[in-house]
Amino acid sequence: MSVANHALILPADWRDFLALTKPRVMTLVVFTGLCGMLAAPAPIHPVLGFTAILCIALGAGAAGALNQWYEADLDSKMKRTQSRPLPAGRMDRQSALHFGVGVAALSVILMGLAVNYVAAGILLLSILFYVLVYTVWLKRRTPQNIVIGGAAGAFPPLIGWAAATGDVALLPVLLFGLVFLWTPPHFWALALFVKTDYANAGVPMLPVVAGEKATRIQIGLYTIPMAIAAIAPWPLGLTGALYGVTAVVTTALFAIFAVQVATRMAGEGDTMKPEKRLFAYSISYLFILFAAVAADRWLA
Amino acid sequence: MTPEEEEIVRARQKSRSRVMALLLLAFVVLVFAISIVKISAGIPVMQR
Repeated sequence: MSVANHALILPADWRDFLALTKPRVMTLVVFTGLCGMLAAPAPIHPVLGFTAILCIALGAGAAGALNQWYEADLDSKMKRTQSRPLPAGRMDRQSALHFGVGVAALSVILMGLAVNYVAAGILLLSILFYVLVYTVWLKRRTPQNIVIGGAAGAFPPLIGWAAATGDVALLPVLLFGLVFLWTPPHFWALALFVKTDYANAGVPMLPVVAGEKATRIQIGLYTIPMAIAAIAPWPLGLTGALYGVTAVVTTALFAIFAVQVATRMAGEGDTMKPEKRLFAYSISYLFILFAAVAADRWLA
Repeated sequence: MTPEEEEIVRARQKSRSRVMALLLLAFVVLVFAISIVKISAGIPVMQR
């Protein structure tokens, strides 16, 4: 039989399993987790610290894999996600499910045995939150999906802190709040310029359901509590001036970009430059703030 | 399956097996390092 007469089903390549873990999203998760750990007052042995960060990365990767397993039908309808291993047909769904569950279990068990049970418990909670609350429950049902689901991405600094100290304190809770409140303006800025893609897939993203104007207002509104969560650690005495000044300056810039997005409407053939700028800046913003909170503990 | 197809599948399986072997080796090294750190520091192996 010739190759042309039947489809050759190849076992998935290891690179496809790597792609299933959403490595780009993982970098932010690992970074915020690491900074949460470095900001903690208790030192952790480098080997155990490395293990904790590895577990956070594995947990995030597993959650990403389970997200792609569940959303293969949605991913096949969006240009941005069509080339992922499942919609592109490079991997079968069962392999993705087994990989996701296996890596999730490994990450939580390793964290519990090697680091501590508090960090393992929060890691498990974050995986379940992302997969069950965000992916399965909210994403297809409500335009507020990413508001609640954003909490899943906010757990890493808490996990990093808990890995070092064995408990949870006000500073990592504020860092959790910062990422949680940062997610809506960050994601809705993206949703504004990939609106058509989400509409085609039938995902009830805010611009699709409530319209462009309501989305822009929400971006502006969420920026207010986000700014409070970002700056609060300084006046509360949880960080020094290094973090405080960085937070004030970078948050002011975020607010300017957010107001620009909140107070305009896109016309015909609009290039959506302010929205793209807010989206791009929001990523740098979070990196800078988390780097500052760690630097503040070590340098100040 | 033609011999050419079989060769492609075998090559894919070999590539996956190599990566799996490396990951397992890295895991063994990690568990060994964790054990050494915990024993040296007198940390209970199961829970701090």
